[in-house]
Amino acid sequence: MIGFAYGVLVICCALCLYRVARGPTPADRIVGTDILGIVIVGFCSVVAIKTKQEFYMYIGLAWALLSFIGTVALAKFLEGKGFDE
Amino acid sequence: MKLTGFIILTIGVLFDLFGCIGLIRLPDVYNRLQASTKCVTLGTCLILVSVMIFVGGAATAKAFLTGIFILIASPTAAHALSRASHKAGISLWEGSVCDKLEEDKK
Repeated sequence: MIGFAYGVLVICCALCLYRVARGPTPADRIVGTDILGIVIVGFCSVVAIKTKQEFYMYIGLAWALLSFIGTVALAKFLEGKGFDE
Repeated sequence: MKLTGFIILTIGVLFDLFGCIGLIRLPDVYNRLQASTKCVTLGTCLILVSVMIFVGGAATAKAFLTGIFILIASPTAAHALSRASHKAGISLWEGSVCDKLEEDKK
């Protein structure tokens, strides 16, 4: 059962990486990395269920924070403004 | 209790899969953002609920905190990204019906 969850989440990561590699516009690549970050938070949660170790949730929390900040910074960069606004 | 956790985990993982299929199949960046952000946010929050059921203890608070943060941050990032890509001049799909932001600019 946990193996099923692992397999489906690996397929999700592969689909996101396909969109990052093939995206026709820069915005498509940024969307791919954003979704990949959220899927990886779910992956850390599945690892925490499998091993019953709670510190994997720390990895997921830190990954969610960094993914959000990275997406907003890339969006500002795409918009062509500075990071201060 | 274990059966409930497995059902919630399966629904969450399948929502993740459908969001990523939407990321591949839909025609332009706004449609992709629309489909994948909502589905993947719900799927990941359901996986975190199943962490609360299976692991318990101190992991419950961390899973709750992560879920609240994802529910707040993911729509914010998607909104900032769609606004930025509209301002950067990335065109809509040719079958799109209306573009209210473009009408507001005129």
